[in-house]
Amino acid sequence: MKRPTSCIALAVLSIGSSAIALTMLPTLVGAADQTFGTDNGAHLTMWSRSATQARADALIQAYNASHKNHIDVTFVPTDDYQTKVGAAAAANSLPDLFSADVVFMPNWTSAGLFQDLTARIAALPYAGNIAQGAITVSTWDSKKYGLPFVVDLSVWMYNKKLFKQAGLDPEKPPKSLAEFAADARAVAKLGGDVHGTFFGGNCPGCNVFTWWPIAWADGETVMNPEGTESHLNSAENKAVYAAFRGMVDEGSALMPDSKTESGPTWTAYFPKGKIGIMPMPASLQGMANAALADADIGVAAIAGVKGGTSTFIGGDAIGISRDSKLADAAWNFLAWVESDDAQIEVVAKGGNVVSRPDLANNKYSAKDPRLVLFNSVTKNGQTPFAKNFGSTFNDPQGPWLVLMRDAVFGDASRIDADNKAINSSLNP
Amino acid sequence: MSSITPGRGFSLGAGWRRRHQLWGLICAIPTLAFVAVFFLTPLGLVARMSLSSWTLLTGYRALNFPKNFVSVWNSPLLWPAVVFTIEYTVLATVLLIALGLGMALLAQETGRWVGALRTIFLLPVALGLASASLLFWGFYSPSIGPISPMLEAAGVIHQPISFLETPTKALLSTTFLVVWKFAGLYMLILLVGLQSIPHDLYEASALDGASRGQIFRHITLPLLRPSLALALILCVTGSLLAFDQFYILTKGGPDNATVTVVQLIYREAFQRQNLGASAAISVVVLFALLALNALQFRLLRDPERS
Repeated sequence: MKRPTSCIALAVLSIGSSAIALTMLPTLVGAADQTFGTDNGAHLTMWSRSATQARADALIQAYNASHKNHIDVTFVPTDDYQTKVGAAAAANSLPDLFSADVVFMPNWTSAGLFQDLTARIAALPYAGNIAQGAITVSTWDSKKYGLPFVVDLSVWMYNKKLFKQAGLDPEKPPKSLAEFAADARAVAKLGGDVHGTFFGGNCPGCNVFTWWPIAWADGETVMNPEGTESHLNSAENKAVYAAFRGMVDEGSALMPDSKTESGPTWTAYFPKGKIGIMPMPASLQGMANAALADADIGVAAIAGVKGGTSTFIGGDAIGISRDSKLADAAWNFLAWVESDDAQIEVVAKGGNVVSRPDLANNKYSAKDPRLVLFNSVTKNGQTPFAKNFGSTFNDPQGPWLVLMRDAVFGDASRIDADNKAINSSLNP
Repeated sequence: MSSITPGRGFSLGAGWRRRHQLWGLICAIPTLAFVAVFFLTPLGLVARMSLSSWTLLTGYRALNFPKNFVSVWNSPLLWPAVVFTIEYTVLATVLLIALGLGMALLAQETGRWVGALRTIFLLPVALGLASASLLFWGFYSPSIGPISPMLEAAGVIHQPISFLETPTKALLSTTFLVVWKFAGLYMLILLVGLQSIPHDLYEASALDGASRGQIFRHITLPLLRPSLALALILCVTGSLLAFDQFYILTKGGPDNATVTVVQLIYREAFQRQNLGASAAISVVVLFALLALNALQFRLLRDPERS
């Protein structure tokens, strides 16, 4: 009687092990289709800034369309984002996922608002290929809390049609701040409702994003590396403010809009097709319209007073909030965002900078030289670091706004005194 | 413990009185609980916050009296904010009470169109202040606002007008929003007061040959005193605590010219993440309001009834 039993046992064993082997086969062979986290129809809540809404929404809608999980996103006005997250943090009611302007990450990771992602990131096969800037700025005490979500660079965009009308070569964008001012002056001469340039003169964050790269392009600094000392009253920076003051005084800049724009609508002016050249976020998504044809949108790297190029590597990092109970489902979204599929078919296809430099040369970027420029300008770009960044440089009652408005519209001799206020804000 | 209390006809005994008092206490307990939980406890919490180092993201740290109050006193934005808030309060109160009174006098007439007029005056009150501020932000925006292009098209102005460009323009534009929104409410309060004045007084004075101005000065205004007092106290307190409209329309600009005291409290708490300093400002504002309202009550008290 032993034989039949052992026969049966052997049979069961062999069938069992081959069954196990068969189920393992997909994971061994199809490593590229590996799922990270769980995709089980969970409902995730998410907050994101309105400044990067179009690009963030493209990713979220694509995820919702191709996965069982569903993300309910709320876009919060950029100026109110810090305060809204702070209030929710104090009430322990943060959403599952929330993105953060990269400059706020040191403040929020040090306050423990995110879950530790170090182990999860290490398990991603493409972890080494993700742009490290956002991850570095989201690291606190050697633990990683965030990944890049939307990469926001600053570039100069110019209207090729207006350049042609003003007698400028539409294929020769300015290579220095002086050339920028000259081009703006030439377009402004067209008169009517056309203006040379525009900037957010009441928007502290906008000018951090678009003026600081001018100094960086010349190899100058705006702060010390620890973010405790401000160099914003250096001779270089004073020259930058003077250039914009000149553009205001000679009428090249659209006034009084440039003086009153506090941020919500600063990117709405260029697409109207009546501005010659102005700094803008590096994204072509949804920009072309009846008033501005896609072929007329020219881009150029931000140049310094003397030359060189640079950019502000900003945008959003994203992490899983400490209050979330759906961390695995949330991780499924984050891992997908950094995957080849999302980066090429959503981000690059929409005309945006990818957060995977190994995918920078893809089938979409090859078609449009402007995307090649976006991806190449990150080489010389920087992301500033300061623990008290928000309360110094984004606060509408803060010292940076006072300094920049004195420098461009008010009493320029107060710049040094205003810089002292910035220093005390960086070091409370 | 006497069973006969002076001034009363009779009494059922000391025991009855004590039970009566006990019942009174029991009925008052729900209200006491409500006041304790929703009023006294938060007040105590804010007082404690103002005495300690308390951050938004990491909570209570340690007691640090008087550091918070000293930093508030030394804040360069505090005194300009106080001055501006008082300036705005005076402007808004004068306009709102005057307009409210005028509208109430109009609305107490009888006539077919009066009902419609009353509704039109009252409608803006139903809108939330934040929604109204956002609506007017759209109206005043140089890039999307319709008012400036409309005025230009009508030939009233020749250059686009930017409503929030200078401190004065920003103050006037915001006050316009507030007056548009709240005048109906004060009209309602004063209308109720007006309608409680007995008609015989008007008839008697008319028979005695009093003019409209004399009737207004000697009959209407004095008898309207309680309603005016209510309207004044509401208006002054509300204006001193103004926040929504300035935060949404101007964010305190241009150049910190329209920063109000409550906005400083908000900024300290959520921008600079310092709840301790924010609570310190709140405590100071609380005492100021208490003093101010006590003063108003005393001044507006009816001399005959005291």
